[in-house]
Amino acid sequence: MNYLYAAYAATWAIHITYLATLVRRHNRLKREIAELKPGLPR
Amino acid sequence: MKKAFPLLALLTAALLGYALYQALVVAPREQTMGDVQRIFYYHVPSAWTAFLLFFINFLASVQFLVRPNEKLDRIAGWVAIAVGAICCVADFAIRDLPSGMHHGSIATTGLAVTALYFAIRKLFSEPGVDILALVTAEVGVVFCTVVLVTGPLWARPVWGIWWTWDIRLTSTLVLWLIYVSYLLLRRFSTSGETPVLAAALAVFGALDVPLVYFSIWFFRTQHPQPVIGGGGAIDPRMLRVLMINWLAFLCFAFLVCWSRYRLERVQRDVEETQALEALLEPRSAVQ
Repeated sequence: MNYLYAAYAATWAIHITYLATLVRRHNRLKREIAELKPGLPR
Repeated sequence: MKKAFPLLALLTAALLGYALYQALVVAPREQTMGDVQRIFYYHVPSAWTAFLLFFINFLASVQFLVRPNEKLDRIAGWVAIAVGAICCVADFAIRDLPSGMHHGSIATTGLAVTALYFAIRKLFSEPGVDILALVTAEVGVVFCTVVLVTGPLWARPVWGIWWTWDIRLTSTLVLWLIYVSYLLLRRFSTSGETPVLAAALAVFGALDVPLVYFSIWFFRTQHPQPVIGGGGAIDPRMLRVLMINWLAFLCFAFLVCWSRYRLERVQRDVEETQALEALLEPRSAVQ
């Protein structure tokens, strides 16, 4: 049973870690867009 | 389409929860392996999803390479049609297939290749296919990692070892390494030719996918024989749970790819604007 739970937990740990990197990239991008807006040519 | 995302995410989360319940509670207990066999409901759908994503990566990479040249693009289109036609003919012509491989599956696979190729060509622009290739490789590596982690966790109690250098296992590890190197190339190369080099690498990398998939048909291996289309018998209740889990993982992969695709598009727009801003800056300083 331990191996079964370890496998399921590992699967979700991998997926959640990847989703967390996507959220981090998204936040960084939002910051970059905010920095960019005042400097945009009119 | 953008508004549908939260609803689809909610439905996928519900489906994943239902699939987990099916795998842990509803699926019957396997007699010889016991509960550890239930790892199969995560391991196999993850492998199939990874193969599908790597295959889409291959088709997108081919299109990225051929699209700038109209003649090559047309030839690639005809090759895609020929693949579908040859598979249909082979379905009728080949009498003796390896045990358990069904005739209908060859024609279906060939026609799916043709349909997928033209669907990608219609739906994605030239930078779009490059982004699609990147996204499917990235999400495919995530699913392939799940396969490589859950496999040994099943093997330890069943075989008594974590790993063996068997053709199925080794070719899967090679597949993972190929796509990790693809992602590293895209991440760290600063050359303007990076997307072209990466697309060429992806075309060669995809050759490993059929090797992994068919290795258990053509070689003696410690890995269990395929449960579907491989002559092995599977309880219909187990098959149903397996398919529910695959559907759930497919929906999840689709949503992750969609989010990643949108993120990459915005990222490229931002980089373009930053480059434009850097170009304009000295001029405005002079003025």
